[in-house]
Amino acid sequence: MKQELTTVLEHDNFQGEYRILRLAAPAVGPLVQPGQFLELQVPRLGERILRRPFSIYQADASGVAVLYKAVGRGTDAMAGIRPGDEVSIIGPLGNGYPEADPAKTPVLVAGGYGNAALYILAQRLAKPGIAFFGGRSAIDILLVKEFEALGWEVRPTTDDGSLGTRGLVTAAFDPWTAEQDPAALEVFVCGPNPMLKAIGDRAISKNFTAWLSLDRNMACGVGACLTCVIKRKTEDGWEWARCCKDGPIFESREILWEK
Amino acid sequence: MSVDLKIKIGSMEMKNPVTVASGTFGYGPEYADLVDLNRLGAITVKGICPEEHVGNPTPRTFETRGGMLNAIGLPGPGAKGFIEKYIPFLNQYDTPVIVNIWGKGKDDYARVVEMLDGETGVDAFEINLSCPNVKEGGSAFGTDVSTFSSVIELVRSKTKKPIIPKLAPNVPNIGAFARAAEESGADAIAIMNTMPAMAINIDTLEPELANKFGGLSGPPIKPIAIKLVFDAARNCSIPIIGMGGIFEPEDAIEFLIAGATAVAVGTANFVDPATTIRVIDGIERYLAEKGHASVYDIVGTVKA
Repeated sequence: MKQELTTVLEHDNFQGEYRILRLAAPAVGPLVQPGQFLELQVPRLGERILRRPFSIYQADASGVAVLYKAVGRGTDAMAGIRPGDEVSIIGPLGNGYPEADPAKTPVLVAGGYGNAALYILAQRLAKPGIAFFGGRSAIDILLVKEFEALGWEVRPTTDDGSLGTRGLVTAAFDPWTAEQDPAALEVFVCGPNPMLKAIGDRAISKNFTAWLSLDRNMACGVGACLTCVIKRKTEDGWEWARCCKDGPIFESREILWEK
Repeated sequence: MSVDLKIKIGSMEMKNPVTVASGTFGYGPEYADLVDLNRLGAITVKGICPEEHVGNPTPRTFETRGGMLNAIGLPGPGAKGFIEKYIPFLNQYDTPVIVNIWGKGKDDYARVVEMLDGETGVDAFEINLSCPNVKEGGSAFGTDVSTFSSVIELVRSKTKKPIIPKLAPNVPNIGAFARAAEESGADAIAIMNTMPAMAINIDTLEPELANKFGGLSGPPIKPIAIKLVFDAARNCSIPIIGMGGIFEPEDAIEFLIAGATAVAVGTANFVDPATTIRVIDGIERYLAEKGHASVYDIVGTVKA
């Protein structure tokens, strides 16, 4: 984990409401493991002071790239970021995905731009597998070509049927998994909480492994403030686990879901 | 001319006047990759009570204009857990450790000190008498002078190490509490805890924090803290550790001039973990530029 003042190399529209931010980050870039994230200090955020967590789309020895959607105050304020600007980041943060089991078929499940957070994992897995990407509409399904170029079979789903199967990501995931040996699957999930829970519930009832990337509001990002805690099951009940430090990746059986 | 940054809190020597506010720095390891812990004047750890404590439900924090609310509720490993899990780590560093202690009842304060006092690596106790976020204890002890004094006297009877009561901002007369702290045997006082506060979601009509209320921290509270330090300094002769919204060296220097001997960086740790180091360097630079030899040369020098 390092704090680094990075230089913006690229900040462009990517597709639809999604943007890509590429940063020269020679200190942080080489350290990034799949599933880890950054805390980014948004320039010109004005009267809001806290950093914002971002999952990492790409990383190499020279830097990192973030793919994000303008969804709130923080990401709105990012619109003005230009190449050459300086942006402070802390990272890489969090536990990241564990080493994949080479005997199992890797399966990716993502909602919207959640699949960007799975791209480094897809690059580094020993063998490609199958990817289920869900979104509202065709414009919300990102990176299909990029994952296909790595050898992955991509099955999109959209709420409006404009691309792939109509419905939620489970509309494609369920019939496929029904024909598989669950013990041979290892599922990696990044997306909105209802999707995480839906896949997590199936992992338990159908008996496959599912690693879920949880997203919670955070303040410090390093495990100090205890803002982003979730309930993790223990033998005799539950304990708080810090999403930023003990997570963000948890196996489906670890999580005690709250309403 | 070289500048002497050293200060003393009771018998505890600090190599510079900068520590961290309890609860904003974990127990030390959380920030060890980002901050050279050997450079800090002291590490103040998150509040410890005798037993393990679960804290509040979520959401526990909420960002506000210029600052944030928190109602974490003092989750922690308890005294035994703290000793096992964190003391060996903290002992690797040449930096004194101030352990923030709290209790659900008066006896808890005595018990937690008894459990921790024998540990090398526990250099001082900050007595939390002002947490706005726990139902029992916390601020209940910090808003009535006689209860406040009785807890300090009890802790005093259990340890020879420096004890530092942390004061609530929402009292009518901070001077009375400062005097009471000194008369009860405190070595220093810490001013201030967060300001009780609230935020409401106008769509759901629900409070933004699960605990309903929380404590406001960050730059919005700095002028409140400066006045409290100023008032307290005129009512006691023990050192004051000033805190509340310190983000830049200039903020810390203002606290020293108001009457604080040391300062703590809190919310700024979340925003820029390098703040403590910048503040230490900035104080040194300021003292050198103004021709001062020691931190003490500016403590309480406000012309008011």
